[in-house]
Amino acid sequence: MASVDSEMSRGTQASQDALSVKIVVAGGFGVGKTTFVGSVSEIEPLRTEALMTDASTNVDDLSMLPEKRTTTVAMDFGRITLAEDLVLYLFGTPGQNRFWFMWDDITRGAIGAVVLVDTRRLADCFGAVDYVEQRGIPFLIALNAFDGVQQHTAEEVREALQLGPEVPFLVTDARDRESVKTVLVTLVEHAMSMVQQQHT
Amino acid sequence: MPIPDSGRIRPYLATRGRTRPVQDIAIEALVSTTDAGRNHGIDPEPERDRILRLCHAPRSVAEIASLVSTPLGVARVLVADLEAEGLTRVADPHAAFHGSVEPARDLSVLERVRDGLRRL
Ligand SMILES: Nc1nc2c(ncn2[C@@H]2O[C@H](COP(=O)(O)OP(=O)(O)OP(=O)(O)O)[C@@H](O)[C@H]2O)c(=O)[nH]1
Ligand SMILES: [Mg+2]
Repeated sequence: MASVDSEMSRGTQASQDALSVKIVVAGGFGVGKTTFVGSVSEIEPLRTEALMTDASTNVDDLSMLPEKRTTTVAMDFGRITLAEDLVLYLFGTPGQNRFWFMWDDITRGAIGAVVLVDTRRLADCFGAVDYVEQRGIPFLIALNAFDGVQQHTAEEVREALQLGPEVPFLVTDARDRESVKTVLVTLVEHAMSMVQQQHT
Repeated sequence: MPIPDSGRIRPYLATRGRTRPVQDIAIEALVSTTDAGRNHGIDPEPERDRILRLCHAPRSVAEIASLVSTPLGVARVLVADLEAEGLTRVADPHAAFHGSVEPARDLSVLERVRDGLRRL
């Protein structure tokens, strides 16, 4: 682990009352979430763990939980300081979808979600799609074209996922910074159009 | 980085005077050390001490949990206690916009995020 001092130098340059916002990067196990986050993050993606007990109990005083056995769930995330007063975090969901409790923390107040899809394992994203769809979280589908392999066209995937034409579909390469930027900009624009629709 | 796999949670003493339930603190809320925190000296609790030093530059609750190697829930408790003691301040995007538009649904915020991403 790096020393506190070297970590300190990598705090955000943003001011103390900067606004922080977040985007969720969701998808199945091994679909490229961490790679996607790492392609645009200004820090090496960090990993945070939560305990099952964090969610399964409602205490806010940990001394009430003496020596409790717990399960940990990991998510990783990156950071982009967009301006002195604006910081964007990218949170990757836990690869195993059974840890839905963590998703509530990750998605609450999020701008939206990128659902990464490996077309060879399409069903892996169903859980993520259902989650964001049911909660009205703006989302798009990003097909991570591993080595250019695409067994389905975007339209076939749209059909298989039973998504309407309003959900943006993109092909991406999670390792490529420009490609990841395009996905994020598209998601933010999609979130904007959803806000505008609500106002009309 | 892995958390020591003891499966045990160390008890932390909770301070009175928190302004909200700790679970409500957003994982992206930015924490910064106040002047009082900078002048606090060495805190006997190593995790608290690390947080006070880390947050000279603002950090999210998620970053704190990761860098101090505590689970998210523990980091929230520590941050809330430090805030109640006036040693840190917590800029929580949800709390700050209480009653008005949520930042993630505020068009001017979204526009700035989009433009910032394009400039990267
Ligand atoms: N060829 C290719 N490989 C990729 C791409 N994106 C990710 N990979 C590779 O796929 C593997 C898994 O990527 P990760 O980013 O770790 O996936 P993840 O979704 O974070 O995985 P979990 O957190 O374990 O669910 C790694 O070896 C990556 O290098 C891509 O676009 N193309
Ligand atoms: Mg990962």
